[in-house]
Amino acid sequence: MKLEDKKRVLREMVLARRFEERCYQAYIERKIGGFLHLYPGQEACCFGVMEAARPGHDYVITGYRDHVHAIKCGSDPKEVMAELYGKETGSSKGRGGSMHIFDVKHRFMGGYALVGGPFPLAAGIGKGIQLKGGDEISICFLGDAANNQGTFHETLNMAALYKLPCLFICENNQYGIGTAIDRSTAVLDQFKRVCGYNIESAQCDGQDLDVVYEHARKAVDYVRSGKGPYFLELMTYRYRGHSMSDSRAYRTREEEELWKQRDPIFIVRDRLIDAKALTMDEFTHMEKDIDDYIENEVVKFAEESPEPNVADLEKYVLAD
Amino acid sequence: MAEMMYWEGIQRAHDEEMARDPLVICMGEDIGVAGGTYKATKGLYEKYGPLRVIDTPISENGFSGLAIGASFIGVRPIVEIMSVNFAWLAMDQMFNSAAKVRYMSGGQLTAPVVFRSPGGTAHQLGAQHSARMEKVFMGIAGLRVVTPSNPKQAYGLLKSAIRSDDPVFINEHELMYNMKGEVPDEEYFHPLEGSEIARAGTDVTLFGYNISVHWCLKAAEILAKQYDISAEVVDLYSLAPLDRAGIKKSVSKTHRAVIAEEDEAPVGVGAEVIAIINEECFFELDAAPVRVHAALVPQPYNHKLEMAAIPDHEDVVNAVLKMFGKA
Repeated sequence: MKLEDKKRVLREMVLARRFEERCYQAYIERKIGGFLHLYPGQEACCFGVMEAARPGHDYVITGYRDHVHAIKCGSDPKEVMAELYGKETGSSKGRGGSMHIFDVKHRFMGGYALVGGPFPLAAGIGKGIQLKGGDEISICFLGDAANNQGTFHETLNMAALYKLPCLFICENNQYGIGTAIDRSTAVLDQFKRVCGYNIESAQCDGQDLDVVYEHARKAVDYVRSGKGPYFLELMTYRYRGHSMSDSRAYRTREEEELWKQRDPIFIVRDRLIDAKALTMDEFTHMEKDIDDYIENEVVKFAEESPEPNVADLEKYVLAD
Repeated sequence: MAEMMYWEGIQRAHDEEMARDPLVICMGEDIGVAGGTYKATKGLYEKYGPLRVIDTPISENGFSGLAIGASFIGVRPIVEIMSVNFAWLAMDQMFNSAAKVRYMSGGQLTAPVVFRSPGGTAHQLGAQHSARMEKVFMGIAGLRVVTPSNPKQAYGLLKSAIRSDDPVFINEHELMYNMKGEVPDEEYFHPLEGSEIARAGTDVTLFGYNISVHWCLKAAEILAKQYDISAEVVDLYSLAPLDRAGIKKSVSKTHRAVIAEEDEAPVGVGAEVIAIINEECFFELDAAPVRVHAALVPQPYNHKLEMAAIPDHEDVVNAVLKMFGKA
């Protein structure tokens, strides 16, 4: 990745981090309701893969930890925040919430809240691409725990059988809600599980943007060239709990600290500083700029937007 | 107007729509090379090829989800689920993805998928191949449910379902695929909402859908000939939404209602129709509405037990006679 691109991505990653941290604050203030699954710690996964893909052109689908994926596909952070606030100006007009961000014009096909639910939907999008003859690919981001659903196996079988242009990204953060992977899953290396379906796969460090990017480039090229599906496992960690009501009693503070030493943002930042493409001052300014933008534009927009009209309760149930 | 079989009407709808639009596809177990368990996709594999006539693995939830995903970007899949009993496995994708996506995306996405599946008691198929489940589907927001009672409806409802931007579940019946009936020669689109009067009458309304329309028609004939009772038969081909106006209109004319369903009574079509009657025209009633329905048992294998578990036209006749104090 070129230094200038990396610098741009660093800014995007900081925005993603600050956005999520601001969501946390708004949740505590009870501005955001329901469930809230935050992304800090995993940023290199989404950004590394999407830098190798074509955001807004390739289709992306994911689970409920979806804010950052939507923004990387091209969603306006203001609309995503407004959705979390349940406002009419939100991505899904306040009908979806945190777990159901949609932005179809940017080909972000949604966040879904049934673990493993998006697998077959991603394959279907791949089938649609195959029928229509486009050069898009279908990218499905899910966590390791989704691989214990039947949809994982049913989908991988069909994706391989029909040679669908699907890239399955497994963000292995090692916990399914509050259960560690070694307590829920017989095979710890997720990429090994897809061998049984004759699907190309790889595993790599999910904290290092450069590593993710290089692996994703290979995977994206493979899928786009029509060779069929690919499964890429990224080893990562979520700093926060699964959702908000999570005491993190299932893991140690030491483990958390260990992972924070390999923070995906700091890895990029330090590499840019080493390459003399960035100074610490610049980075501090960048953070300040982003905080100002989030506060003065993103949160302000969400706060000031109107709520949906109750008279429209039954709008969007049926089309006809 | 040509006579054709129920399955031929379904096959014709597939063929016409697939010929018109290259993004109409069909998929399911054994529908391609094998031609379909009920012949509903006969000849399509040869005509449209394996990319559009897709033999799926036995993975109902998986291939239903695949169809839904494809529909997000403009594909119009027609999914055959070999038996409605297998559709239980696909309910996650049908309900959580197809039915809800339009709402939870604020109208950005819609899932124009057609799911077709036969249910009902055929010939000693046992507990896990004989169930009905229309009552489950008709309570899901965002899903349309229709159920054809004759070849014309089988053809016309599928045509309309394929063109609809909503997900549509078509409830068929294993015993009806070889039923013959008139189907228009020209292209015909049956409305997805409403009901139709299958036989006009003045003394009592018999509500049926799918196979039970035929019990009602037979019962109406017996009631007219042997008991001088004029029964109106209303065909509820749309179960979601139910035709409130049609139900009200007929009951306001006859003042009596019997609802016949092959399904078990709790939480079913009969219960729902009676609730609508209560809400729309309670004071028009001259007698309490009655349900004719299956026993609440897993469908037994033994033929005598099987027949005892489900109703038929005689049960409809008896319900009417009891209502008129003649039994």
